[in-house]
Amino acid sequence: MTYLTGKNLFAAYGAVPILRGCSVGVNRGELAVIVGPNGAGKSSVMKALLGLLPSKGEVLLNGKDISALSTQQRISLGLAFVPQNNNVFPTMSVVENLEIGAFLRHDDYQTTLDEVYTLFPILFEKRRQLAGQLSGGQRQQVAFGRAMMTQPTVLLLDEPTAGVSPIVIDEIFANILALKEANKAVLMVEQNAQQALSIADKGFVLVAGKNAHTGTGKALLSDDKVRRDFLGG
Amino acid sequence: MPSFDNILNAFILLSNFVLLPALTYGAQLALGALAVTLVYSILRFANFSQANNMAFGTAMAILLTGFFQSQGWTISGFPTALLVIPLAIVITIICLLLTDRWVYRYYRINNAKSITVVMVSIGVMFIMGGLVQLIMGPEQQIFADGARFIWTAREFKTFSGLSEGLALKTSQLTTILLALLAVGLVFYFLQKTKVGKAMRAFSDNEDLALLSGINPDKVVFTTWLLVATLTTIAGVLFGLDKGFSPLQYHLLLLPVFAAVIVGGIGSPLGAIVGAFVISFSEMLLTYAYKKFFIYLLPTSLEPDSLLQLIGTEYKYAVSFVILIIVLLIKPTGIFKGKVL
Repeated sequence: MTYLTGKNLFAAYGAVPILRGCSVGVNRGELAVIVGPNGAGKSSVMKALLGLLPSKGEVLLNGKDISALSTQQRISLGLAFVPQNNNVFPTMSVVENLEIGAFLRHDDYQTTLDEVYTLFPILFEKRRQLAGQLSGGQRQQVAFGRAMMTQPTVLLLDEPTAGVSPIVIDEIFANILALKEANKAVLMVEQNAQQALSIADKGFVLVAGKNAHTGTGKALLSDDKVRRDFLGG
Repeated sequence: MPSFDNILNAFILLSNFVLLPALTYGAQLALGALAVTLVYSILRFANFSQANNMAFGTAMAILLTGFFQSQGWTISGFPTALLVIPLAIVITIICLLLTDRWVYRYYRINNAKSITVVMVSIGVMFIMGGLVQLIMGPEQQIFADGARFIWTAREFKTFSGLSEGLALKTSQLTTILLALLAVGLVFYFLQKTKVGKAMRAFSDNEDLALLSGINPDKVVFTTWLLVATLTTIAGVLFGLDKGFSPLQYHLLLLPVFAAVIVGGIGSPLGAIVGAFVISFSEMLLTYAYKKFFIYLLPTSLEPDSLLQLIGTEYKYAVSFVILIIVLLIKPTGIFKGKVL
């Protein structure tokens, strides 16, 4: 049993089934990656875990069934999500974006804010600027920062490196490893499968809404069948 | 070259008949337009029942005014309506929350298309209009009491020694002060308070707001609270200035919507600027400039006609034409809002 577990998840967009009994899980201090071809239901798994997509199956957090809870309640239990697109509030300043992340907190969040600024110094520099005016990579950092403000135990990242330059990709992967070192459970969907699996503790290969392969990142990378079918060689 | 006194007289004349009334009317429209903008950007539909909601708020204020007058609860010099505004706001809040509970909520939960909700709001508009007419009757009613003027044109003339007077009506002063206060508070609320920021976040990116733990029900509730407050104040101020009749209020929908679209849909600042663009255009285009030019031009060039560009009966056409021009040339409006 892992810290966050999705078991036997079923979901559909209208009449089209998108998840057909897949299972994923991640422990604290661990990085798990979901890879697979387009339309395999990678992002839908995350939406199901968050309660954004109505689904059947079990979602367990620390042994407790949370599948009946609303998104908002799941967030308050320590889940945080960084979407791929539209992941900032464009007409609000960077600091306001981060403050919204701390919306559910009643304690003083200044320390967390300082932590975010230490991790992403550019955000401190641009804190008064509107998030909509930032570059793609900087927006991604705002989105990370906003998620960190909730002080989550689990971070769900939907293609964090989509549309950013190769240098920024390395930086983002470094940040993700830092989150893992900080004892967060990190589950991410990634297009860049090769690189993601090389740093992941665990990998799930999804095909057509089902688990095709599961294993440690290294094991999947060295599995000939996985390499041939999903990693292009 | 006209004398300095004549230039001053021309300016005072224009202020008295165009600039001050336009400022007042613009402030009333601005409050209504701000309410439409809030509903549009947070609840995501163009609320066609806005003008009739203003009529409802005003109707409540008129009934309460009657009651307060009968009890002798008045303020000397100022209209009793000012005293009853808080109560009228509370009733309007209840009315709008019930409308939401009985009508709009269903469409929100079912993720209805924006255009569907717009049609629904047209239905609400007719029901609300009918309800107001049922309660108040179709006739024009004047409910402003207290002193009519802070100072009259005659008092101004004696004071300044000019031949033109600039009167300041109580309703004008009340409108400008109260509108400034209301707009200031709304902007402070949206920019500085936690709930206000949550509303902006919800308007910016609904999914991400939910992912940050913002409670959508609370956002919707607070929005109707603000909207009902602005709506009632706008309605009462308009009524104090021009009297109340259900049809006249119904027709306000056009200038209010024109203001929102000219300013840029979804932009609160745009709604206010748009409101003044509409009010000043309406007033400047329908005013007869004959006397104004008599002051400025030499006697030989004295105009024979009224020099009125458009008759006052066409004032609603002004909003309509501006609306069409903006939609054709710059559909995002002055402050780059969304496109309907």
